[in-house]
Amino acid sequence: MKLLIKGGRVVDPASGRDQLSDIFISDGRVVEAFREKPETTIDATGLVVAPGLIDLSARLREPGYEYKATLESEMDAAVAGGVTSLACPPDTDPPLDEPGLVDMLRRRAKVLARARVYPIGALTVKLAGERLTEMAELAEAGCVAFSQANAPLPDTQVLWRALQYAATFGFPVWLRTEDRWLAHCGVAHDGEVATRLGLPGIPAFAETIALGTVLQLVRTTGSRVHVCRLSTAIAVEMIRAAKKEGLPVSCDVGIHHVHLSEMDLGYFDAHCRLEPPLRSQRDREALAAGLADGTIDCAVSDHTPVDEDQKQMPFAEAEPGATGLELLLPLVLKWGAERKLPLVKTLARITSDAARILGVSSGRLEAGAPADLVLFDPEQSWRLTPEMLRSQGKNTPFLGYEMAGRVRTTIVAGNVVYQQA
Amino acid sequence: MQNNPQLNANGELQHLLSIEGLPRQILVQILDTAVPFAGLTEREVKKVPLLRGKSVFNLFFEASTRTRTTFEIAAKRLSADVINLNVAVSSQSKGESLLDTVANLSAMQADIFVVRHGSSGAPYLIARQVKPHEHVINAGDGRHAHPTQGLLDLYTIRHYKKDFTGLTVAIVGDVLHSRVARSLIHGLTTLGVPEVRVIGPQTLLPAGVESLGVRVFHDMRTGLKDCDVVVMLRLQHERMNGALLPSAQEFFKHYGLTADKLALAKPDAIVMHPGPMNRGVEIDSSVADGPHSVILPQVTFGIAVRMAVMSIVAGN
Repeated sequence: MKLLIKGGRVVDPASGRDQLSDIFISDGRVVEAFREKPETTIDATGLVVAPGLIDLSARLREPGYEYKATLESEMDAAVAGGVTSLACPPDTDPPLDEPGLVDMLRRRAKVLARARVYPIGALTVKLAGERLTEMAELAEAGCVAFSQANAPLPDTQVLWRALQYAATFGFPVWLRTEDRWLAHCGVAHDGEVATRLGLPGIPAFAETIALGTVLQLVRTTGSRVHVCRLSTAIAVEMIRAAKKEGLPVSCDVGIHHVHLSEMDLGYFDAHCRLEPPLRSQRDREALAAGLADGTIDCAVSDHTPVDEDQKQMPFAEAEPGATGLELLLPLVLKWGAERKLPLVKTLARITSDAARILGVSSGRLEAGAPADLVLFDPEQSWRLTPEMLRSQGKNTPFLGYEMAGRVRTTIVAGNVVYQQA
Repeated sequence: MQNNPQLNANGELQHLLSIEGLPRQILVQILDTAVPFAGLTEREVKKVPLLRGKSVFNLFFEASTRTRTTFEIAAKRLSADVINLNVAVSSQSKGESLLDTVANLSAMQADIFVVRHGSSGAPYLIARQVKPHEHVINAGDGRHAHPTQGLLDLYTIRHYKKDFTGLTVAIVGDVLHSRVARSLIHGLTTLGVPEVRVIGPQTLLPAGVESLGVRVFHDMRTGLKDCDVVVMLRLQHERMNGALLPSAQEFFKHYGLTADKLALAKPDAIVMHPGPMNRGVEIDSSVADGPHSVILPQVTFGIAVRMAVMSIVAGN
């Protein structure tokens, strides 16, 4: 199968290339060129041709939460958003703590033949934070890393041992850092807005105290840790210092936290109930800056489909999370435009940098790379309405907003898996 | 961000959800409207026909006797039909969602919903759902707001002190969990009180409370100095021993209002409490029943203020 993508603006963050050129695809891989006539030619005039996006956190809700979303609806959403690879956290029901579950998920995803799915295994059995999972078995079944998702791991003895054990095999551990006791019952950033609205707060130091513990354990165990969903300015500072020290750490930020702050809670908008909570303007600014200077390696959608009934509740009772797969590209483009970054740098945070964290060979366009691509119109603006979303989750604080950047075509392994109608 | 959901297109009061965000003239309108209603309670016939034929649904998702009763009396004195629903023990326990409950009651032709809920912001959710002719009055939501209590406090202060612009007001105790304190602070700052103080241990003051426009004191004697008004807050039993406070006794020693502490305030200072009081915890009996106390008049004024709020929203 030979495919030619003609006349597009090729943006490849891995090589720094940004120029008008053609892309040749043969047998599911990018090639230098071929002499034969292509079976398919796609005219990419006026479009950006980039590596398919890699999202390090997208909940597909299977198994266990099929009423919120199905693998099928969310894989549709992924490719409609230009996402060709995604890592899914283990907080399914049951959690991804057994090889059989991981195997089934991967097989189901493969049959659907849309985005590539990389399961993150549970670090502890049932995510209960007590007993280690069979990490080696899980890795064999296809887990690329181990995590607690949003479940706490309050026992530092278990955390220490988990990091030691993972380090023994060289498995990366992905952790969101939040002190369970300090975050207890909190639903919003412990600051001015939570005080005004009378919402129980989660102080910023709930994140940084737990991060301090994790960094100290990385120092002693040598474990590779990816810190998920930074939310505070001080955490960005701590990661910057840790990287300077040479610790094997990386981190990401949820794209909502780059754009929104506690002020956006407005009159108790439950769509702004997120984990971690939206924090102060100062924190938001530090996250956007940290993502630009590379302290924060990646932006993720942290896609969490929630059905509307669970959002039509008083703020504290509403289920946390926002839909994101189809908003990742426009929201990252918006961030890049605000920081006046070249497109090649903007896209790196959701392509080549994410590929590096995930340890995969996609996320680049050079010859030999898997032919995972997205073609998008960077200028086209569109208004976000629930009907625009393929995800079963319509829960987003951006409803009604104008977005710039629309995906036209998504290609995975050389096959067109999405074409804008 | 959404528009202020309390006001209609003409800037009039559609719902009363919070004192925060209400313009000064609406607060004054409510207080002024309450004055003749307060006089009404002295008369032999205590009813006026302003809400005749209207239905007021008291929708209490959290237990309350005093607030529910005063709303009921207020509505009855306006000649409305009052339906009391103790939702805490009916639909919620059957798993019905908040909005389904409201939709059902709305189908029974309600005009005013008086809502109390344990979660901050719940009345906002209801206000977004109801029909244009229906009004929502917040009777206390979580830690967020208790606007009619705040208004009756303002009414009481104006009754005794006449003018807001020279006053020093101290609010003492558990500000962290208090919707009463939040509502009163917004009301006082909107009406031009130059100095609002909050007094309490660090554990009972919310993060960044200064941003509400108050001065923070941890020492009660310093904080009470030269105050015109002292508002004591209720301390819930479950918060008396734990990580927030070691004991009710120690709290009383440092933050309970006693006659000798009150002597530091102005000689004509008034003492208020939203009730129900814990005597010997936040307030000493000699002060609660003493000459400075206006705690019982507060209750009487509360009915007039609630009548004012209901008649104003129903008229808009």
